[in-house]
Amino acid sequence: MTAQAVETPLLEVTGLDVFYGDFQALFGVSLSVAAGGATALVGANGAGKTTLLRAIAGAQPAASGSVTYRDQDLTAAPPYQRISRGIALVPEGRRLFGSLTVEENIQVGASAAASKDWPLERIYGVFPMIAARRRQRASTLSGGEQQAVAIARALAAAPSLLLLDEISLGLAPRVVEVLYETLAELRKAGTTLVLVEQDLRRAMAACDDLVCLLEGRVALAAPVTAVTREQVVAAYFGDRT
Amino acid sequence: MTWLNAVIQGLLLGGQYALIACGLSLTFGVMRIVNLAHGDLAVCGAYLGLVLSAALGVPVWATLPLLLPAAFCAGLALQTLLFGRALRHGVLAPVLVTFGLSVMIENLLQVAATSDPRGLNGGVLALASFRIGSRITVSWLFMTAFLTACAVLSCLQLLLSRTAWGRKVRATADDLDTARLVGIRVRPLFATVAGIAVATAALAGVFIGTIGTFDPLAGANSLIFAFEAVVIGGIGSLWGTLVGGMALGVTQVVVGQVNEAYAVLAVHLLFLAVLAVRPAGLFTGHQAREPQGALG
Repeated sequence: MTAQAVETPLLEVTGLDVFYGDFQALFGVSLSVAAGGATALVGANGAGKTTLLRAIAGAQPAASGSVTYRDQDLTAAPPYQRISRGIALVPEGRRLFGSLTVEENIQVGASAAASKDWPLERIYGVFPMIAARRRQRASTLSGGEQQAVAIARALAAAPSLLLLDEISLGLAPRVVEVLYETLAELRKAGTTLVLVEQDLRRAMAACDDLVCLLEGRVALAAPVTAVTREQVVAAYFGDRT
Repeated sequence: MTWLNAVIQGLLLGGQYALIACGLSLTFGVMRIVNLAHGDLAVCGAYLGLVLSAALGVPVWATLPLLLPAAFCAGLALQTLLFGRALRHGVLAPVLVTFGLSVMIENLLQVAATSDPRGLNGGVLALASFRIGSRITVSWLFMTAFLTACAVLSCLQLLLSRTAWGRKVRATADDLDTARLVGIRVRPLFATVAGIAVATAALAGVFIGTIGTFDPLAGANSLIFAFEAVVIGGIGSLWGTLVGGMALGVTQVVVGQVNEAYAVLAVHLLFLAVLAVRPAGLFTGHQAREPQGALG
């Protein structure tokens, strides 16, 4: 789907079905992410964005379909194996370990790290705002700082593919701006991004590709330069006329 | 002087309660398993000590280098084969499984070792004592049990707060789902926690068997005291467990000084009182699960 990607994609999701009990959340979702690219995942609440990210990270088992990463089939691999191959997720709602310090949270993120490319000093270089708070309990931080720690924890795993789930949720616009500047830096450093973002304008500005989910199915997948805002809005609400 | 003596003896007794309780505190704090067989596992430790001690012809202390690793392995196996599987089937399954294990252990021990009370050979330590002032006599055995409890709790606390393993354990206790998500391998982690819990239970069983006597059904009694120590101290707080154990011990001995018949009742009343006033226990531990943010 990426016009410029001729070589094999970094991540290839094919025909993914995911269930919660009897409820089917994803219906044959396919997705392809080129190395070094950034893909925005948009869609209404309940469209399956979080489920798709969790399925890629290994937190949600797939009933059928496959997740291939660097030509390796990871469909049945548990999260730690995916992390050690370079896939890390910043979960929705941050989900920090509240009783651990900032630094301990980041160290835990390195449990199954893919490489030693992201030592603590480098992470604190990217997030100077949390370096001063490294000995504080994570639960005492502000929302923006907590989100930075959540991203830092994922970076500690030295990911090649970073999945980010609604990192701007509940944060002040100025803080969101800083976080997105950081993401741009990470991209320059070669990290591939897949991010879920409610703010369509921001998502389209930060990414090369856009995938819109509608009720568990891919409604639109295209480079951001090839679609208009109107087309995306139509896909978002299921207006296929 | 009698009262001071009672308080000192109570504190020392409380150390024993804390020693048996710390494994319970650990398994509940980390894995959310109330192990109803914990007391029976302690009694198994005492029987194993008895068998090894008789077979090798040495005091029970000398068998610890064999006994503790064996207990650790038993914990690994129990978690891997039994508790871990039960955990995947909701909150009730582990309670039923550990209850069943408790019944099985008690009956197997009765078949294998009869119901006769037994004691362990504590060597010279069993009879040695020292004096504080002119009236207070402290048994070296009680003192050893107390110091061992303090040492075990300190080591566990250090392991939890200073090592990478402890960091992972605390993270998992905070939020199991996220712990998996960030790459912690939960199964081996739980297995080691269970191994440590059973090893501490076996150690406590050895002290129980050396200080007094034990029989196949002694586990249930130990379990109640251990459980009360954990709840009084606050779930997930190891120091709280030590304080809880000492509160139980002091209550038991001091009330026993007045009327022996009310000693155990007073302990249970203390437990109920703490539960009524501070349901979360005296110390809320660092492992206590904190509510996720509203946006989580």
